[in-house]
Amino acid sequence: MFTKYKLLFLLPGLLVLMAIILFPLGFTIRVSFSSWDVIQPGLDWIGGNNYARMIADSRFWEALQRLSFISVASVLAQYVLGFSLALMVWNQVRMKRFIRVLFLIPMMTTPVIMSVIWRTVFHESLGPANDLMNLIGIGPVAWLSTETMALVSVLIVEIWQWTPFMFLLLLAGLLSLPKEPFLAAAIDGAGPIRTFFNVTFPMMSAISVGAIIIRLIEASKIMDTVYVLTSGGPGSATETSSYYIYIRGLRDFQIGYSAALSITYLVIMIIALTVIAKVLSRLVTEK
Amino acid sequence: MNSSGYKIFKFVFLAFWASFVVAPFLWALTTSFKTINGVTSGATYIPWVDYEPSLDGWRNVLGTGSQGINVIEPFISSAYVTIGASALSLVLGTFVAYGLSRFKYRAGFIRNGDITFFFISQRIMPPVVLSIPFFLMLQQLGLLDSIFGLILVYIALLMPIAVWVMVDFFNNIPKEIDEMAMLDGCSPLQTFLRVILPNAKPGLVVAGLFCVIFGWNDFFFAFTLTFTETQLLPVAIVSLNSSATPWWSLSASALISIAPLIFVAVLVEKYLDRGNLAGAVK
Repeated sequence: MFTKYKLLFLLPGLLVLMAIILFPLGFTIRVSFSSWDVIQPGLDWIGGNNYARMIADSRFWEALQRLSFISVASVLAQYVLGFSLALMVWNQVRMKRFIRVLFLIPMMTTPVIMSVIWRTVFHESLGPANDLMNLIGIGPVAWLSTETMALVSVLIVEIWQWTPFMFLLLLAGLLSLPKEPFLAAAIDGAGPIRTFFNVTFPMMSAISVGAIIIRLIEASKIMDTVYVLTSGGPGSATETSSYYIYIRGLRDFQIGYSAALSITYLVIMIIALTVIAKVLSRLVTEK
Repeated sequence: MNSSGYKIFKFVFLAFWASFVVAPFLWALTTSFKTINGVTSGATYIPWVDYEPSLDGWRNVLGTGSQGINVIEPFISSAYVTIGASALSLVLGTFVAYGLSRFKYRAGFIRNGDITFFFISQRIMPPVVLSIPFFLMLQQLGLLDSIFGLILVYIALLMPIAVWVMVDFFNNIPKEIDEMAMLDGCSPLQTFLRVILPNAKPGLVVAGLFCVIFGWNDFFFAFTLTFTETQLLPVAIVSLNSSATPWWSLSASALISIAPLIFVAVLVEKYLDRGNLAGAVK
């Protein structure tokens, strides 16, 4: 029954997406076995040479480690901050709408544009960040020119930008909770901390896992912020996987090699994110 | 949680976070009114007190200043691409979502859940993986450096978002409504267009807003697939950043590009209380 209509609804979107995604993806896989570069463009066959070269390419693996660190650290910080803010705003009455809109704004703004602004904020002699550091007595900090601080700067910008996303989802989750468990806890005389750990947090665990996974997926693609803020530097101290592949592919034009890196990166991300999603969901359902 | 200690802590924490959120915007705003003296003498904040304000930055980026930087044209291109891609994604995605929510599909081992997953999983794809084939594909089609080519690419980016939000939304509309309409003699297409869509307005708004945000904010594809003919706003501003553009012009252009998104934030907040956002994640 309705076969015609079934296909009418599904096929246009499905075919468009498959044409835009699967064909290019298949092409990338094929290119990863070729030596396509700026001198000799074209599809030859060199077997797994690109992949062999990749295994010895420590810069690629370091970028992957760095990406994992940046994603996990920033997403955890966003979760803790976003949850705290959501809890504080949840029962807030005065200036409720103003506070909510204000806290949402960073996630709506364009990451590269904000990075352009943050670059001026972090400017060592002319920016306000060091002005503040001087004021509280720490003294000037080399925000973007030392390895550790450049990484910290990227984290600050990521946290600034995406804590609102956690805040949005967790606040929406809090607002959709039923009232009865809280009444029951209040009748039992549970204090705020016990209510949080025994009532609020368990009810929020499913949405927490969802929000963390979505953020990890988005964070695994980090590149725009790094490109504008530090260009991967100093040296390669803030280089993420996407950025390194971009340099090899569209800057050095080593198309074949960057395709091999792309495919490996994609496969590793799919495996890692699936495992993380499975483990986190199991933690939730066991409770 | 009514103890006064907690209240003070909460106030300080919220005030601290609010300052952190607005700081870069206020900095950009004050910088946009500076001239060379206001920038090179170290960080200055308050106009008339710390520095003498001027409108040079704004004049420059609106094309009436001496430097001939213009962000109006990229702004319009960005609007075309974002609105075009969002509208197409929303139409295609809504049809797909309704189909997945109401009918059972099977092809070999593939079921509805697998198809839904195929759409949503596209968000995992890092843009850089597709950048080279997109480049070559658009080159073959003669669409490199064009608004239409970018719209095509952005559909891949935005349709999964539309499907994701709308599948969940349609699942929450009772199937009895469809059945009633069909008993009255509507075909499935008529049921969808006349009965379900009017009821799905809040979902469409949320899905549309997310499409607009992600479309407007994309940098990577615009950066790798357009050059001179077509220039989107983020690319235009980042290229200002790498040339020796004065801070006041840079700040003014950044603020112009962010302004529309503030309105989007206000709209998203409106839908917070209605429970349309939490459902999609669970």
